[in-house]
Amino acid sequence: MNRPNAYIGSAVDRIEDERLLTGKGTYVGDLNLEHLLHAAILRSPVSHGLIRSIDVSAARALAGVRAVITANEIGDVPIIPIRQHPVPEGERFRQPVIASGKVRYVGEPVAIVVASDPAIAEDALELIVLDIEELPPLADYVTAARNECLLFEEAATNRAATFRARMGDADAAFAQADYTRKERFSVQRHTAFPMETRGLLAEWVDATGHMTLYGVTKVPFFNRRVLAQMLGIEISAVDLIEVDVGGGFGARGEFYPEDFLVPFAARYVNGNVRWIEDRREHLMAMNHAREMYAEMEIACTKEGAVVGIRGRIDIDLGAYARTNGFTTPRNVVQFVSGPYYIPNLAIDAHSFVTSKTPTGTYRGPGRYESSFFCERLLDMAATDLGIDPAAFRLKNLIREEQLPRPLATMMDLDATWQTELDNGAYPIVMQRCLDEFGWQEKIKLQGQLIDGRYHGVAVGNFVEGGAGGRSENASMTIEDDGMVTVAIGSTALGQGLKTVMSQIAADALSLPIERIRLLHGSTTLLTDGVGSFHSRATVMGGSAILLAAEALLDLVRNEVGMRLDVPAANTSFSDGKVEAAGKSFALQDFAGLSVEKTFINTKLTYSYGAHAAYVAVDAATGEVEVLDYVTVEDVGRVINPATLHGQVLGAVVQGLGSTFLEHLQYDENGQLLTGSLADYLLPTATDFPNIRSVSLGLRPCPNNPLGAKGAGEGGLIAVGGVIANAIASALRSLRVQPCDLPLSPPRLWRLIAEARSAEMSR
Amino acid sequence: MTSITPIINGVAVTVEVPDRVTLADTLRDKLRLTGTHVACEHGVCGACTVIVDGLAVRSCLMLAVQADGAAITTVEGLSKNGKLSALQDAFRRHHALQCGFCTSGILTTMHALLLEEPDAGEHRIREVLSGNLCRCTGYIPIVEAVLEARAAYAQAESGA
Repeated sequence: MNRPNAYIGSAVDRIEDERLLTGKGTYVGDLNLEHLLHAAILRSPVSHGLIRSIDVSAARALAGVRAVITANEIGDVPIIPIRQHPVPEGERFRQPVIASGKVRYVGEPVAIVVASDPAIAEDALELIVLDIEELPPLADYVTAARNECLLFEEAATNRAATFRARMGDADAAFAQADYTRKERFSVQRHTAFPMETRGLLAEWVDATGHMTLYGVTKVPFFNRRVLAQMLGIEISAVDLIEVDVGGGFGARGEFYPEDFLVPFAARYVNGNVRWIEDRREHLMAMNHAREMYAEMEIACTKEGAVVGIRGRIDIDLGAYARTNGFTTPRNVVQFVSGPYYIPNLAIDAHSFVTSKTPTGTYRGPGRYESSFFCERLLDMAATDLGIDPAAFRLKNLIREEQLPRPLATMMDLDATWQTELDNGAYPIVMQRCLDEFGWQEKIKLQGQLIDGRYHGVAVGNFVEGGAGGRSENASMTIEDDGMVTVAIGSTALGQGLKTVMSQIAADALSLPIERIRLLHGSTTLLTDGVGSFHSRATVMGGSAILLAAEALLDLVRNEVGMRLDVPAANTSFSDGKVEAAGKSFALQDFAGLSVEKTFINTKLTYSYGAHAAYVAVDAATGEVEVLDYVTVEDVGRVINPATLHGQVLGAVVQGLGSTFLEHLQYDENGQLLTGSLADYLLPTATDFPNIRSVSLGLRPCPNNPLGAKGAGEGGLIAVGGVIANAIASALRSLRVQPCDLPLSPPRLWRLIAEARSAEMSR
Repeated sequence: MTSITPIINGVAVTVEVPDRVTLADTLRDKLRLTGTHVACEHGVCGACTVIVDGLAVRSCLMLAVQADGAAITTVEGLSKNGKLSALQDAFRRHHALQCGFCTSGILTTMHALLLEEPDAGEHRIREVLSGNLCRCTGYIPIVEAVLEARAAYAQAESGA
């Protein structure tokens, strides 16, 4: 190959953009099948109760209504399996696809209406008479933990699962430590909030008994298996098709109740049924995330070496253990030490079911939370010991020669739950961040009151796990027109997958990128596939493409060898030309050659980096301005610097939303109070304009042929801890310690007021 | 049902609409202009923004019957002869979109702004853009793209 890496590493314009910019994108709500029927879902208005009766007669009688389906019509109600990190005790808390007998959160599906028009379907919902006997709400984990009232009587407890991570002997380390400090922290419930709400379109063809479901993403092959089993039909009778997707961030594309209800309804009415979630529904039905409460303790030597962290984390899981409900609880105990060398760890996390919307993963699941706990403890310890917070971190970061290094052991769980940090130059990247940020200059402003605002800076480090999910498939086919069709099991949720994968494929085949026809996601394309989550698509899908390209070129070589009777090894490829023994062929001369390959990898990748923040706090209002925010990360190998840069900036702003704004709040009855965008605040264009990011390909990953590491979540992971530390530093003269997110102005104002009154009474 | 005749992307179109139906749903479902996206249906996110008689309007908050006789520009009307407009092209070069779902409404909002204020500064652009939510980009590349596209609008205004 004489043009290696022509595309990999360059900021290729996105292949996706022209369609999306001209309004030609096709999201699930844009599909238009003939004879399309529309679904709407009746959801429980109470958080915990027994269904006495559901009277659907008036709804069924409404003109235009084709069907009203409740648990009765479904019969044996299927239970949604746990896709990722299942534990035996958690199985008791899985979600049925529709409430039968009992409702456990506001928003739980109770009935689905199918009508000729979406408005009629919604009108019909209002005609359903739902009689529910209310039970005591379990609106917080403290109430749930008392087990006085049970969400699942047969489980006899509201504690769904416990995860324990251990390394060394934490208790012994704490007993001997020069310094220890214990603090309580909390992270508020919030959610991924993709701009496109969920939607599904199910096409049932009775004559062939075939189900086609549009609007899926993330893990179509897994969801196909689940759906086929629930519908009682062969896997080959079900196809899941990925169209354009308006963002996912971990929450979209898991198997939700609607992923059964909509196809079931299509088969029930023998037609095509579309359901588009509205935003209020979305806020009460799609996975929530992150609500947890921690008591954590750090131990150090007086010279500033961290010798241990121990603690207990209580997690408000919501009403059910969904497909990836235990991923966050697992991550939060395993990743507390992040990129730091902390020899003794003992962290427990208990997940409690509550009568609120179930939780799942959101970008940086468990990592954002654990980073917040750890980084806060590090700054408190550094301050108490009188050590510069940056110097303290540089001292405690894992050094390159200490890698690979296992993370804390997940107790009583098998090897698939264990992981180790791969490689990296953690201190070098942190130093680069300090330099980019201008730490030496800005640290002089630490705690200063300038023009009525307190200024503060902080720095923190993160690791980001990538390449989970063990395998991915890719196929390649040479077409008559000289194009190569490349299909991958990875899915596109808006991250620019098509572009990145085309770059990898074009380089691997020495073809101009215009000659790659990239297809993704749908179950019709490949024998099997996995999808996009856990920062895996580039590493796993990209590596599968490399394998497929190698195999395809081998087929061509053999073909050339046979045609010319020369050794296959002497064949060369360049710009779609195949040359051997002085003869030249066009690629399309080999049209029809096709391969499918599976890349298997059990080792995770760990990209890593540092964030630094400079903030100004108005003590009179509690308002914080982020004056500068800098990230530097090493992703092993950068495929497209522009798409990566976009991922990082977007992730940082999401992290700032998590830290300052976003909060799903409930009242004591388990009613969601934040069901609209008037109540649920997202970052807007005026909030966080000052963000800079540098992405490096410093230490290629040793565990995959691309050398790439999963990226896209790291921009979010360290934000909570770094911002809270910057605020604490700014307000150090007031001794304010922000330990509970979000750091909204009223909350910060109250902390400042409390600190001042404590000062007065001192 | 009411008969209305808005001028959509330069073409007068007559449609029968029920009184309770929004302009957004009419554009999408009746006229199959699905580039206009609906993301919140309560007028906050801006994804459904179209230009009505020169003003950026939330088509989810406007009834179709109110649009009779109005000149409406949707995202489909921004590019001419299959060529990206200067604004669209700047979005592409600055990677000012990822999933693309909010993009239509941001393009129409910024197009309406730059037609009126081709010299809008970063502060003004951010102020107007703050009525549109984007979950992917963090807004920074969008602002960069809009700043760059200003030149084309200034040129058009001065007749150059």
